[in-house]
Amino acid sequence: MSLSHTDQNLSLILQLCALIAAAVVLLILVFLLSESWPVLQHVSVWRFFSDDAWHPAQDLYNITPMLSATLLSTLGALLLSTPLGIASALFTRYYAPPALAAWYRRLIELLAGIPSVVYGLWGLTTLAPLVGQLHPPGVSLLTAILVLALMILPTIALTVDSALRAVPVAYHHSAAALGLSRWAIIKNIILPAAHSGITSSVMLAAGRAIGETMAVLMVAGNVVQHPHSLFASVRTLTANIALEMSYAMGDHRAALFVAGLALMLMVLLLVSSAELFKRRSLCLQIH
Amino acid sequence: MKKLGIITALLIIIVFAWFFLPMSANNASPKGSLEKLVLTGSSTVAPLASEIGKRFEALHPNVRVDVQTGGSSRGVNDARTGLANIGMASRALKVKESDLLSFTIALDGISIITHQANPVTALDRQQIIAIYTGKILNWKDVGGNDAPITVVNKSEGHSTLELFLHHFGLKNTDVKAHVVIGDNQQGIKTVAGNPNAIGYVSIGAAEYAASHDIAIKLLPLGGITASVANVLNHSFPLSRPLNLVTREAPTGTAKAFIDFARSVQVNDLIEAQYFVPVAH
Repeated sequence: MSLSHTDQNLSLILQLCALIAAAVVLLILVFLLSESWPVLQHVSVWRFFSDDAWHPAQDLYNITPMLSATLLSTLGALLLSTPLGIASALFTRYYAPPALAAWYRRLIELLAGIPSVVYGLWGLTTLAPLVGQLHPPGVSLLTAILVLALMILPTIALTVDSALRAVPVAYHHSAAALGLSRWAIIKNIILPAAHSGITSSVMLAAGRAIGETMAVLMVAGNVVQHPHSLFASVRTLTANIALEMSYAMGDHRAALFVAGLALMLMVLLLVSSAELFKRRSLCLQIH
Repeated sequence: MKKLGIITALLIIIVFAWFFLPMSANNASPKGSLEKLVLTGSSTVAPLASEIGKRFEALHPNVRVDVQTGGSSRGVNDARTGLANIGMASRALKVKESDLLSFTIALDGISIITHQANPVTALDRQQIIAIYTGKILNWKDVGGNDAPITVVNKSEGHSTLELFLHHFGLKNTDVKAHVVIGDNQQGIKTVAGNPNAIGYVSIGAAEYAASHDIAIKLLPLGGITASVANVLNHSFPLSRPLNLVTREAPTGTAKAFIDFARSVQVNDLIEAQYFVPVAH
């Protein structure tokens, strides 16, 4: 089948667009590498993991406390918001009356649209003092987890909702015809069928949590240390870049780009593991 | 369909143009007699100088103001050797630099702040050092409530951190902070939200917040009230001048720029960076 002239043109243009999108990602990677190159030339990569602390002015470049803070805050937020998000999606799709479901979905969409700095401000002025009453100073890993969880909850709720919608209605009808209860249908038919969609939704949310900067910067406390408790003040990689970039020069600046590179690699790892997971679960479904 | 194609093509052109735009802007060859004014030095003064430079360029279309950082010492050196038309220094000139001329464009002062409800009304130098190095951990040791102190420090590279550490003779590695903040507003909100916190921010920002019903208190230092007025009359100890430095009495464009930077026309730029303007 040959394409029409217009289709050929369109296909060419779309290919070009795709190429540009791919090139931008590559260019960002190249840019990060070239900006961090000055420091990588005389500071070995290993030192970013083995130095005594993060004091770029004193030539110390350990980024592991910030790596662990990023990972722990993301993990904590996911643990809180994944069950809530899935529950919220199940509610809107299968339990709520249609009118309520429509309003509820709109509300969640609104929640997804709130700028992160607003969450940060709320966290700093309201949540942090509350946490501070439990255990000073209030700005802590726990506060960061709570704010992040709130931020990624709508992401999970909305994407899981569309994953559930993608499950063929016939599954639902056939199962109902067999006399299964609503919960049994959801548990045994719908959730396994929407499995890969749900997984990628969680991965998407994880990506957002890792990359979140402003809100975390305001509520996490930003002391560079491995968190020894939930109430410890921590600094994430993104917050570190945002805090120091505008004043950094020379090696310090390049070291911040190394932190950016580490972030990029983390997200890359996340995305590719999600892809691998998806492919494997797809294979399982076919066989 | 055709329309879509045209729109897409336009979009692609815009994306490409955006990629090359900054490059061509940097390489733009000077048209006519474009005069370049080079300023180097303190990273505290540099952001302010480049804002002033932008406004100056708008008024003098044939002048380009080029601002580079590298520390106050570099500013002084470059002004002396002539590498820069004007040097920038966030300190007064030293005795051995008296061959140069300095022009103060603004003053930078910082204030120690605590929560309004904190009964402690003053701390001396030793107490502040002890609190920031983790030797005093509870407010009751300095005459306050029995509550743990939350130490709020600034992140590395900020001029306020530099001035604070220099004034108290501390190194950043000695400071045992519980919270690290970025800008002044974050510091003020952190302290206002925590009755047991102690922090320091630019005096302009602190005074503004305290007079607008935000629950912070400015602590006096060495018996002198922390206020913009006391920074202006040089009695407040934790402050420093922001200077432009030249080798000889400035003429032409350099003179025009220095006069402009010291005029009331840039007071809003100075205040936006929480410095205290000197011109009235």
